[in-house]
Amino acid sequence: MSDNHKKDVDHISGVETTGHEWDGLKELNNPLPKWWLNVFYLCILWAVGYWVIYPSWPLISGYTSGVMGYSQRADARAAYEEGIAARAEFADKIVAADLSEIESTPTLLEFAQANGAAAFGDNCAPCHGSGATGAEGFPNLQDDTWIWGGTLEDIHTTLLYGIRSGHDEARVGEMPAFGRDELLSREEITQVANFVASKTGLEPEAGADLAAGETLYADNCAACHGEDLTGMQEVGAPSLMSANYLYGKSVAAIKAQVTNPRNGVMPAWTGRLDEATIKSLAVYVHSFGGGQ
Amino acid sequence: MSADTERAAPGDDQEWFASAKKIYPMAVHGTFRKIKWALLLLTLGVYYFLPFIRWDRGPNAPGQAVLVDLEGRRAYFFFIEIWPQEVYYITGLLIIAAITLFLMNAVAGRLWCGYLCPQTVWTDLFLFIERKVEGDRRERMALDRAPWTAEKVGKRALKHVLWLLVAWWTGGAWVLYFSDAPTLVHDLATLQAPFVAYAWIGILTATTYLLAGHMREQVCIYMCPWPRIQAALTDENALNVTYRWDRGEPRGSLKQNKALERQGLPAGDCVDCHQCFHACPTGVDIRKGAQLDCIQCGLCIDACDTVMLKVGKPTGLIAYDTDENIQRRVEGKDSVYKIVRPRTVIYAGFIALVGAIMLGALLTRDFAGISVLHDRNPIFVRLSDGSIRNGYTVRVLNKRNYERFFMLHVEGLPAETSVSAVGIERTFADRPVIDIGPDRTRELRVLVTVPAGAKLPESTDVTFRLTESVMGEVVTADDYFKAP
Repeated sequence: MSDNHKKDVDHISGVETTGHEWDGLKELNNPLPKWWLNVFYLCILWAVGYWVIYPSWPLISGYTSGVMGYSQRADARAAYEEGIAARAEFADKIVAADLSEIESTPTLLEFAQANGAAAFGDNCAPCHGSGATGAEGFPNLQDDTWIWGGTLEDIHTTLLYGIRSGHDEARVGEMPAFGRDELLSREEITQVANFVASKTGLEPEAGADLAAGETLYADNCAACHGEDLTGMQEVGAPSLMSANYLYGKSVAAIKAQVTNPRNGVMPAWTGRLDEATIKSLAVYVHSFGGGQ
Repeated sequence: MSADTERAAPGDDQEWFASAKKIYPMAVHGTFRKIKWALLLLTLGVYYFLPFIRWDRGPNAPGQAVLVDLEGRRAYFFFIEIWPQEVYYITGLLIIAAITLFLMNAVAGRLWCGYLCPQTVWTDLFLFIERKVEGDRRERMALDRAPWTAEKVGKRALKHVLWLLVAWWTGGAWVLYFSDAPTLVHDLATLQAPFVAYAWIGILTATTYLLAGHMREQVCIYMCPWPRIQAALTDENALNVTYRWDRGEPRGSLKQNKALERQGLPAGDCVDCHQCFHACPTGVDIRKGAQLDCIQCGLCIDACDTVMLKVGKPTGLIAYDTDENIQRRVEGKDSVYKIVRPRTVIYAGFIALVGAIMLGALLTRDFAGISVLHDRNPIFVRLSDGSIRNGYTVRVLNKRNYERFFMLHVEGLPAETSVSAVGIERTFADRPVIDIGPDRTRELRVLVTVPAGAKLPESTDVTFRLTESVMGEVVTADDYFKAP
């Protein structure tokens, strides 16, 4: 302490003040411990080490990369490649196993479900919906109404080659355009539509000739849709007894479909998705609860 | 205040940072020292040896009494097994711990700081080692001043080696709480233990050595928030380690005070021997009154009592007492001690309440569990026969150490409703029977189908009820059944 300055000591605590005064209030000087200051200096040193080791300072075009060459991008890429490698192991097993084996092996099933869910969101959801419930003209995959079959194999085949997709192996089945091609008259279409309606729980239109409709059905429709209206999956003729009609369930919708049928297309996925992913999708769709 | 003190120049000759003054606590003997040794042996004994206590839980569970199984996501404490979703028991423990701290403060000041805090206990142990190697206060001070002779180097080296050994054992005991202790000890010794075990031993060795060997009272004074908090929790009726200035003042040497007495003048009992602050592990002069730096370990009481006995005066010049009582004695009234007062009763009541709630929760704890999540998309599915199906993700918990079977009912829907769980073949009375391995959870996809024709509202409240096959234990979860 230099003698030039008198110590200003607080009377009550006996502690020297800093000499700073604000409206009569004075600050006591209780010095912090030196080690505290040293920790602060250590932190500064730590920061310097950080600059040397890690990327830190921005430059005009780029940045200081640090002696370790650390990069988050490289980290992310490594993690990505690790994921691909981990996936490859399972993907190989999925390719080698048959579909029912995948479903009965918990580890493969788990992989197939996760893989299928991701692929479904990317490729199938635009038409079939994110919840796989479809829409008018796009089949609901959650229910148990299957036009081309709901077994694992059926679903797999549909996924591979599609429906009316143009692929050589595609499922092809076409409903004749009874109205447009004048195979049936408007009157006859009304009769047959009302007959189908009466059989499947819909209210037929008043005064409809159901007997004539039955005859017309037997002559024109039963070959594919079956005498008991339960359809034929081999040719993609839907069951007319189902509560779920692809193009709507009403007399008007049935008439429209008989007059000028819509024959929707599902693309072939072979060649677009790898084998493991297509198999995963088949298992995933089958597991919704409506699979056969 | 004079003009020139007001104009005192701020700073250039002032110290903003000061080196910590080294403290050389003197050895004392007495009641509180004995209590502290006993508590030290007890707490360290528990800490170092608890992981080796075995507890038989049957074939599918670890046999360690206290174990935090991070990998298996279970915590074991004797007969209690906690799953991750039951961490609220920890919350309860923390609440009890906090209120117990408050209660300690209301009854007798910083009992935690003085006797139980790990910083205090390990510092005490490190001081004991230091004293055994380098001698008591005066010898240590002399050794510090002494030149670096071979003897000094030897003593210093021995002290630090012993400190490091204790610190290393401290870190070693810590990791034993997270893995099977005997196995881990074997693996550690044969260098087969996982890296993380060595890393934690290293970290705790470093912190113990640094905090108990070198930082000591600096931890209490500068790092710990508790001294600040406890100052707000004490009151005029709380017992604290107190210098009874009503009896001690005016202080003076034995000779001076005797001379005063002969002249018929007032003389205090304090002989100003400085033993109280030579014994103090934080370097406090207790005669200045209650202060932040004082951890209330009671060692100054022992130091003072020793002196009082020697000079033939009654002990207890420094003792657990209250400011209130000193004031009363100055006024000629009797001392009063009020341990039972609203503050302590409320704290104790709160501890009892939280304890009772936790005990109740433990005693009625379910050994099974179910949680249900309704599918968000689709909310419902109409099947080809017109029936309505809802999908749920159901997670079933079996907290017993053996495989169990649960029957799943869904209540609140028409009798013809069918319930199936994907992957479950076994049924009883048309209801799925779910088997779960010991100490496991199982996630299932459950499909509930209500036949066509049942006129259901848009949403029906349903209850998922799991019934255990042998003991009949029942757990339930509520959800909804959605219809068009």
